[in-house]
Amino acid sequence: MKRTFRVLGGLLAGVANGLLGAGGGMVIVPMLRKSGLPVVKSHATSVAVILPICVLSAGLYLFRGSVTIGQALPYLPWMLAGSVVGSWALPRLNRMLLRRLFGALMLWAAWRMLF
Amino acid sequence: MEWIWMALAGLLSGILGSMGMGGGGVLIIYLTLIAGLDQRAAQGINLILFIPCAVLALFCYVRKGLIDFRTALSAAAAGLVGALGGVYLSGWLDVVWLRRIFGVMLLFIGVRELFAKNPPPREEKKKEEEKEKCGNHRAEK
Repeated sequence: MKRTFRVLGGLLAGVANGLLGAGGGMVIVPMLRKSGLPVVKSHATSVAVILPICVLSAGLYLFRGSVTIGQALPYLPWMLAGSVVGSWALPRLNRMLLRRLFGALMLWAAWRMLF
Repeated sequence: MEWIWMALAGLLSGILGSMGMGGGGVLIIYLTLIAGLDQRAAQGINLILFIPCAVLALFCYVRKGLIDFRTALSAAAAGLVGALGGVYLSGWLDVVWLRRIFGVMLLFIGVRELFAKNPPPREEKKKEEEKEKCGNHRAEK
């Protein structure tokens, strides 16, 4: 049963990752939890699951010509800087407020994408 | 002027990613809805950028012994098969439909975050302590 969750979670995370370029973690973290891993281990292990998936998907996107590395590179330093800022700010922020704001942003974007 | 928006989007995506809140979603939203990029290119950019961030995070997690490798192996193996199917579908589907599916995912995340209840304080605290030590965390994109 535990194995089912791992394999099914991995499979679905792979589909989401390849199809949408994101969202793998959203699928795999709850599945790892269901397969019996504690919260922190589920989050950490999810990165180990998604990394190889992401390498394959990114490789196929590049091969297909959907994207070039040059298009992605300019964002990299900013994103790494953001990660540092984020991990510094994390304990200093009102997390619930942040989640609500993030949720609202997602709904706005969903509206724009759907219609 | 454009580079400022680029920088802001990158920063925000990094910040949210490190909090495990979906930095990838934010970056793709910026790339498609504001920068006007093709949906597939935006998704590809996010895939490429996730790799270095994940390597950094993984390095930190491995050192702290937080990875369950046996579980990761079977899930990743299934994931590679899923990714083949996903990438194929993303090329086969019309971009309009790809955007709609992406929109449904965002709708789901938005509702979940907007109506999330406060988790039990003990669990949340533990989780955040670990994350605080391991900054680069973009898994829950």
